[in-house]
Amino acid sequence: MWWRCWARSILLPPNLTADFRDIQKKPDMSQSSLATPRLIPEALRQKIEGYIPRYPSKKAVTLPALHMVHSHFRCVPYQAMKEIAEILEISPAEVADTMSFYGFFPQAPLGDVRVWICRSISCMLRGGDELLEHACRHLKIEPGQTSADGKLTVEFAECLGVCDHAPAALADDGRVYGPLDEAGVEKMLEELRKGPVPPEEL
Amino acid sequence: MAAFEPVLTRNWNNPDILSVKTYESKGGYAAARKALTTMSPDDVVNLVKASELRGRGGAGFPTGLKWSFLPKDRQETFMCINGDESEPATFNNRYLVEKDPHQFIEGILIGCFATRARTAYVYLRFEYIKAVHILEKAIEEARAAGHLGKNIYGSGFDLEIWCHRGAGAYICGEETGLIESLEGKRGWPRIKPPFPAIEGAFRKPTVVNNIETLACVPHIVERGADWFKSIGTPKSYGPKLYTISGQVNKQVCVELPLGVTTNQLIEEHGGGVWKGRKAKAAVPGGISMGILKKEEFDVPLDFEEIRKTGCLGLGTAAVTVMDETTRIIDYLYNTSRFFAHESCGQCTPCREGTGWLYKTIKRIRNGGGRIEDLDLMKHLSENMGITPGTTICGLADGAAWPIKNALAKYRDELEEFIRTNQNPAARISPVQDAISRGASPLAMNTSMFVPGIGLAKAQGTK
Repeated sequence: MWWRCWARSILLPPNLTADFRDIQKKPDMSQSSLATPRLIPEALRQKIEGYIPRYPSKKAVTLPALHMVHSHFRCVPYQAMKEIAEILEISPAEVADTMSFYGFFPQAPLGDVRVWICRSISCMLRGGDELLEHACRHLKIEPGQTSADGKLTVEFAECLGVCDHAPAALADDGRVYGPLDEAGVEKMLEELRKGPVPPEEL
Repeated sequence: MAAFEPVLTRNWNNPDILSVKTYESKGGYAAARKALTTMSPDDVVNLVKASELRGRGGAGFPTGLKWSFLPKDRQETFMCINGDESEPATFNNRYLVEKDPHQFIEGILIGCFATRARTAYVYLRFEYIKAVHILEKAIEEARAAGHLGKNIYGSGFDLEIWCHRGAGAYICGEETGLIESLEGKRGWPRIKPPFPAIEGAFRKPTVVNNIETLACVPHIVERGADWFKSIGTPKSYGPKLYTISGQVNKQVCVELPLGVTTNQLIEEHGGGVWKGRKAKAAVPGGISMGILKKEEFDVPLDFEEIRKTGCLGLGTAAVTVMDETTRIIDYLYNTSRFFAHESCGQCTPCREGTGWLYKTIKRIRNGGGRIEDLDLMKHLSENMGITPGTTICGLADGAAWPIKNALAKYRDELEEFIRTNQNPAARISPVQDAISRGASPLAMNTSMFVPGIGLAKAQGTK
C-alpha cells in the first residue's frame, strides 16, 4: 500500500530507512558473466575515483567525471552514464539529468575538432552572425552539424569571453581565433582540419 | 588626485609571472604571509569592510559585509569562486587568471583565511580552456612552495583549492546556480533565503566571490584600506578592470579607477569608434545592464551614478560600443536571443517571457511589426524578474532591462522602424498560417506528442 510506504518513510528513524533503501538496491552484476562489458577503462575509473576526496559528496564529482569521460571518448554514451552513476553511487537518471542540462556533452561523437563561432553582442556588431553562416556554407553544413569528412563540427556560441578578439571563434582544444573575416574563417577551418593540438602548445 | 598606479595589471607584461618563484620575487605572497601570521581572521574581515570593497561580479555587494554574514558558530565553511564569466562582452576574469594566476591564488588564500574556509572551489567556465591549464599548474606550484596545503606559514591554517569546470551554462554564474552545479546537479538557482552564507554548498555556510574581488584583497592587505579608498568615486572605491569591445578600433581590457566615463574609455583606451564613425550608444556593463545613449557618455561608470541613467547597474564594467549605423532593433534582437537561449527554464515568467520577447522582436525585425508590439514588450518586461517578484533569480531582470531601456530611450526609432519596414509575409506566424489552411489548433498540439493521432486529426479536419 502506498500509504504504508509513505508512513514508513516518515516514521522510521533515518538509519533504518537507509537500510531499507539498501535492500532495494539492485545486486552487483559487475562480477557476473551476464554483466555488459565495461566501457570506462580502469585508468579512467581510477582518475574519476581520485576526484571523490575533493568534495564532501560523491555526487559533486558528476561534472568532472562527465568532462573526463568526454575528453576520453569525445562523447558521453548511455553506457558511460550508467558506469559514472555506479562509481558515484547515484542513479543513472541523476547523471542524465545533470548532463542534459549543459549543452556541452554530446551522446555520440562529433567531429575531431569542435569549433564555436560567437554570435553575442560584441561579435555580432563586428559580423559574427555572417561569419557563422559563411563557415557553414563553406563546409556545406548547418550550425551544429559535422562536415562530411567527420573532421569539423561548427557550432554557434553565446559569448566565448574572448571579446578582445571579436568576431572570435574557439576550438575545443583551446585555440582562439580572431578578429576574423571571411578569408580568416576559411584559413581557420583549414588549420583546424589538421586535428587538435596538445594544451602545451596553446 | 595623484596619478593612478595600476596594481591588478602590474605584472601582466611579464610572461614569467606564471611561475611561483618570479611572483615571490616581485613581492608576491607577502600580503598572504602578513595576514596569516600577524592578523586574525576578524582583523582581515574588518580591514576589507573598512576598505568598502564591493563585489566586482555585477551586483556590487560589499565584500566585507558578505563575509561577516557567516554564522559565528559554524563548523565548516566553503569558498566558491565565481569564474563562470558568461556575461556577453566580459573577459576581465580570463585575463586575471591567464596573466597573473598567483595574484588570484593569494587572494583566495586571504579570503579563505578571513572566512575560515578550508576548501575553495574555483568554478571556471569550460570555454576558458587555457586559463584552466594555467590555473591548475599554478595551484600545483603554490602547493609545492608551501602556500597551500597543511599548516600554511606555520599559522595552523589549512587550505585546498580545486578547479571545477563548468559546461556552458550562463545561469551557473548566479551564485546559487553555481552551488547547485558544483554539487553535481543542474544549475537551477535556489530560492533565497536561506542565503549561501547560512546554507550554501553541501548545505554548509558558503561564500561566493568573484575572481576580481579576490584579486583586490592582497593589495588591500598590503597597502591598507585608506589607500584603497583614495581611488575611485564616493561609494565606489578601488581599481576596476574595464573591458572595451564592439565597434571600436582597439578592443582591450584596462585597469582604471572606478568612475571613468564612457567617453574616456572610447577615446583614450579604445582608440575611438571604428571606421571613423561616431558613436550612437553603448552597453555599460554586459548586456543585462541596459543601454546608454550618446548623451549619457559622460556619466561616471561606477556603482551609483550609472543607475541614474536608468541602467540596472555597473555590472561587469564591460563596455560595448555601437556606432551610428547600428540599428537598435538588431541590438534588441541579439540580447533577446541570448536570454531566450540561456534562460534555465525553472520559472515560467522567464522561460516563456524571454522566448516571447525574442519571437516578437524577431518578427518586428523581419518586417512584421505592429506599433502595439512595443506596448506588449513593455508589459512583458515589467512583469518578469525579481523586481516584480515573479522569478527566483535575476536572469529575467537582465533580459527585461535592455528592452525597458531601449523602449524608454529609443521608442521613436523603433516606431519609425516598424512604420517603414513592413513585409506582409513576416506578419503571419506558422501557427496562424496552419490555422488558416484548416488545421485545428488541438490537432497541432497533439501531433507534437502522438504523431499518429495528430496526423489523423489534422487530415480529418482538412
